[in-house]
Amino acid sequence: MNFDRAVRRKLFSHGMTVLSGLAIVVILVPLASVIYTAVVLGSSSLSYGFFTQPLPVPCTPHLGVSCPTGGVAPALEGTLILIGLSSLFSVPLGVGAAIFSVEYGGERAGARIIGLVADVLSGVPSIVAGVFVYILILYYDPAIVFSTLSGSLALALIMVPIVTRTSEEALRTIPQSVREAALALGISRWKTSVRIVLVGALPGILTGILLSIARSAGEAAPLLLVLGNGCPHPFEGIYQEGCALSLWIYLGATSPDQNWIALAWGAALLLVALVLGLSLVTRLVLNRMARRWKGSE
Amino acid sequence: MALNSVKMDIQNLTAYYGANRAIQEINLGILDRKVTAIIGPSGCGKSTLIRCLNRLHETNVKARVEGSVFLDGEDLYQLDATLVRRRVGMVFQRPNPFATMTIYNNVSAPLRFNRRVSREEMDATVLRSLKQAALWDEVKDRIDAPATSLSGGQQQRLCIARALAANPEVLLMDEPCSALDPIATAKIEELIAQLKKDYTLVIVTHNMQQAARVADYTAFLYLGKLIEFSPTEDLFERPKETLTESYITGRFG
Repeated sequence: MNFDRAVRRKLFSHGMTVLSGLAIVVILVPLASVIYTAVVLGSSSLSYGFFTQPLPVPCTPHLGVSCPTGGVAPALEGTLILIGLSSLFSVPLGVGAAIFSVEYGGERAGARIIGLVADVLSGVPSIVAGVFVYILILYYDPAIVFSTLSGSLALALIMVPIVTRTSEEALRTIPQSVREAALALGISRWKTSVRIVLVGALPGILTGILLSIARSAGEAAPLLLVLGNGCPHPFEGIYQEGCALSLWIYLGATSPDQNWIALAWGAALLLVALVLGLSLVTRLVLNRMARRWKGSE
Repeated sequence: MALNSVKMDIQNLTAYYGANRAIQEINLGILDRKVTAIIGPSGCGKSTLIRCLNRLHETNVKARVEGSVFLDGEDLYQLDATLVRRRVGMVFQRPNPFATMTIYNNVSAPLRFNRRVSREEMDATVLRSLKQAALWDEVKDRIDAPATSLSGGQQQRLCIARALAANPEVLLMDEPCSALDPIATAKIEELIAQLKKDYTLVIVTHNMQQAARVADYTAFLYLGKLIEFSPTEDLFERPKETLTESYITGRFG
């Protein structure tokens, strides 16, 4: 009887271990497949020109004249500018809201409203963020509706709730005893929040910012609405039509032009590499910070 | 200020935590450059009482305080809380050095964050504070090591050094040894005896032997009320109240 139970328990335990191992495989397979496909189909278009040339004009080869290959320079440039600009809008706002709600809000209604707003906002479909910015800018100045500025505002709208929520979580992980230690030294509330608590929560906050950047770098839907598709090269300013890798992957992949399709795969590989690279660099920096703080230099 | 004068005068102090009245109508005079211990069973309001003395109690959103605490005749509750905390320092139950900072930066924190100081002044303050906290000899070769690389007892002395760097007049200690081993505890107790030459000390402890060893005066709190306040020797040897007597003889608590 007792023996039976022990055997059953062991079998159950082994069975569950195998099942959870399988779950990891099931998750990893699509990931590996996505990266593999992007590398295989995208790497052929990688060249110096890929990074420096403007997008090719639609063209059909005839009479022995071949079409120019072109590159994704404006899309790469556009994505980097969009990331920078949308971070500029969303990071101070998101981190500021998190500081207010965790450090100052307490039980006040304002603090709970911030959490609620962030949750609702993160549930808003990204295309709706695009429509919202479209209409907002239309009222402000119809001439700049299709611009890098509009695009980055739409992306910022998607990033804000992610930054807010992850920053809140990160700030909450700092123990109350740290705040009390600082306050008891006669350090003001503001300095305690910003120079001690925020600094301690920085690894978590950076992770959140990175997550939001990865998310917004891959967004195409709102950009389809407000970025325009001029893809000027070189960049003409934030009030002009812009360009983005994600948007261009969509445009290239849906075009009948084989050259464009190949470039779209290249752009897909570049985007994956960009997000992965960014995430890797951040991990490295965070690990270094954590090591320094833990004291095992 | 003459010796034996009242440094902190607590008058009709009542403190709430939510609907719960943690301490009520405490009247107590804390003498200048003496060690005053606050003893009593768990939950009697010891910690709440000393957290009212540097206005830390009110940082909790549910907390409320009534009454007055005079520091050299000025009511703390009429002053700016941040400035009060620079005059009344505090050491906590668990050592809480800033984990992200080095030993040096922990001790210099009250200077760096509160005002502009020269490097020389900061060095001098860090040196003085670490020596006062009897930690200098142990850390002088690794002043830029992370604070968390120290042992628990060293961390607690680091916290004392950090509190002293703010140059307070009063130092509050909330069960400073309860997370430490007996040797580390003995070091802190020695330190308390040294520090009372320059500072007024208030120490909360659940350890009656500790109170008997370090304190000049002892206050016994029970269910949020001050039951007895006497010179330590009198309180332990000739308690006036029967409650005090039953507590110190171990009949409850």
